[in-house]
Amino acid sequence: MSASLSNQQQQNDGPIAVPPSSKDIFLDRTFRTFTTCFAWLTLLLIGYIVWEIGGTALPAIKEMGVGFLTGTTWDPNKGEFGILPQIWGTFYSSLLTLLLGGSFGIAIAVFLTQDFLPNKIQIVLKSTIELLAAIPSVVYGLWGIFVLIPLIRPVANWLHATLGWIPFFSTSLSGPGMFPAALVLSIMILPTVAAISQDALSAIPDKIKEAAYGMGTTRWEAILKVLLPTASRGIFGGLVLGFGRALGETMALAMLVGNSNQLSLSLFSPADTLAALLALNFPEASDYETQILMYAAVVLLFITLAVNIIGELIISYSERSGGKK
Amino acid sequence: MLLNRLFVISFLAIHTVAFLSGCSGSKDDEQQPTTKKQVIHLHGAGATFPAPLYKRWITEYQKIHQDIQITYDAIGSGAGTKLFIAGNVDFGASDSAMNDEQIAKVSRGVQLIPATAGSIVLAYNIPDLGGKLHLSRKLYVDIFLGKIRFWDDPRIKKENPDLHLPSLSIVTVVRSDSSGTTWAFSNHLSTISKKWREQGPGTGKELDFPGNAMFGNGNSGVSTKIKHSWGSIGYVEYGFAKRAGLDMAILENKAGNFIEPNDSSPTETLANTHAQMPANLRLFLPDPDGDTSYPVVTYSWLLLYKQYDDMTKLEKLQGFIRWGLLEGQKFAPEFGYAPLPSEVAKSALNALEAI
Repeated sequence: MSASLSNQQQQNDGPIAVPPSSKDIFLDRTFRTFTTCFAWLTLLLIGYIVWEIGGTALPAIKEMGVGFLTGTTWDPNKGEFGILPQIWGTFYSSLLTLLLGGSFGIAIAVFLTQDFLPNKIQIVLKSTIELLAAIPSVVYGLWGIFVLIPLIRPVANWLHATLGWIPFFSTSLSGPGMFPAALVLSIMILPTVAAISQDALSAIPDKIKEAAYGMGTTRWEAILKVLLPTASRGIFGGLVLGFGRALGETMALAMLVGNSNQLSLSLFSPADTLAALLALNFPEASDYETQILMYAAVVLLFITLAVNIIGELIISYSERSGGKK
Repeated sequence: MLLNRLFVISFLAIHTVAFLSGCSGSKDDEQQPTTKKQVIHLHGAGATFPAPLYKRWITEYQKIHQDIQITYDAIGSGAGTKLFIAGNVDFGASDSAMNDEQIAKVSRGVQLIPATAGSIVLAYNIPDLGGKLHLSRKLYVDIFLGKIRFWDDPRIKKENPDLHLPSLSIVTVVRSDSSGTTWAFSNHLSTISKKWREQGPGTGKELDFPGNAMFGNGNSGVSTKIKHSWGSIGYVEYGFAKRAGLDMAILENKAGNFIEPNDSSPTETLANTHAQMPANLRLFLPDPDGDTSYPVVTYSWLLLYKQYDDMTKLEKLQGFIRWGLLEGQKFAPEFGYAPLPSEVAKSALNALEAI
């Protein structure tokens, strides 16, 4: 509509502009209808997925109830199912990931936004880190198995041999396990955390930095006491999104976490996550087992949706309040 | 449900395409030399345990019979039996045969054909061990029960005084999919150990293994996991372990002798036990007799219907399996399977002709 108005105004100035033909109007309207449709379709799609998965899971949800969330056996023979080890593994691996990937991501963001480097190198580094997001997760998985595990195994086994009394080191690292999985995951969430933290840090108005320096702070103090707290909401949002990514990551974890149905504090023992459980068991599941796996999928969906919504809310809230300043 | 439906649809689609392309391809080839032969397509699915042998049979058989196209999907005994019961395949394959309840579900009737036999070995990955691991019956039950947690446990040391046992955690590697290998192995453990039978997971195609168990998909998935994990031990078909270059434990048999698995160990066991084969050809060997028998051996069966609507299809299928039972047996040792004892092969052939 507004396009046609401006077209008419232009017509008065010269002969170049013509009123929109019916074809233009038709194109305009179709384009608009399509975009609206697609936007709403996304919402519908999410709704449909939740509805379909929930619907399939419903018989299992009714039958198992909350016991499914607290049970620790997975025994199709006896019909006993529980996903506590998987829920535990999902959160444990994601928290470890957040600890490792989060601190690295924030450090990278600070390094790349606070003029430590010439602009050109900064851009190269920035896009390299973003490239990490383009590597398929199966490649990460293979890299983890063939490169990372042999690399960290001696260190892990030394830790087990010398500090075995600490629960975190109570088993040796055989190969696939919690620690290699978390390590690879933290590389995978690095681009998310780094990119969002960079945005948050560069959104800080220059005058805040100038004011800090004007008050005689060192660079160290300015970054730690002024800039990071100011950008903290955005950074926190990035961390939550990274956490969400770690919760749902499937392929690399299915290859690296070891698929072991156990509750263990040990960093080096094999474990399992919800996504890995689904990936491993779906291909040959019976109808009954499918319902149960769908229940597990609902739990995973619920956790990841909740975490992502919280992350988005934090980011949008921080952007709004950032604009006010 | 939806996923299952999707799976079946895509499954059918893939095979229809394969079938059509197979047909059209051969038509193109043969229209020029005037004669037009119809290609019969046979589709089977099931056990991963004998899959390398079956795939070899198919390759060899198709070299001499170009009018037949056979595909075999190694998706595990459980899934294969399921497809067979549902009538989605021309033949199935299973290492746990089929139980009476499953057989009752098939209105066309079921004929079990023992096609080969092999040993299940305990493959392990312990770096710098300096020798072969010996495991008594009690020891390997306790390992799979998760009762022994470290390789340098005194109980293991006592039986292997010459080995450098490291202080690594024991990680058992087991099957995640519904598997005849799991069934045969757990059936063996249930037979030799009351603890396994009553307090442990018992016998089944899919079990909740206690302890530090890692799950892998298929015989190949388990052997890959063992290969990449220090301190791991898992049960796989002998040929898979051999091809993956894994060490295999020397196990104690019923007579109390320690037997090392090798190319001829299932043959030895079958020779000691084939007289026990019943009329329905379903013989399990949970704990075979005989001084020289390797303790964990199982037959692997082809599952056929007693009635086929399409007579040409049946003839082709019979032709293929007949060839497998006669000529095909000579390929068995190459992959670490046992050729069937001649008496068993004979009764299998009789059963095949009776369809």
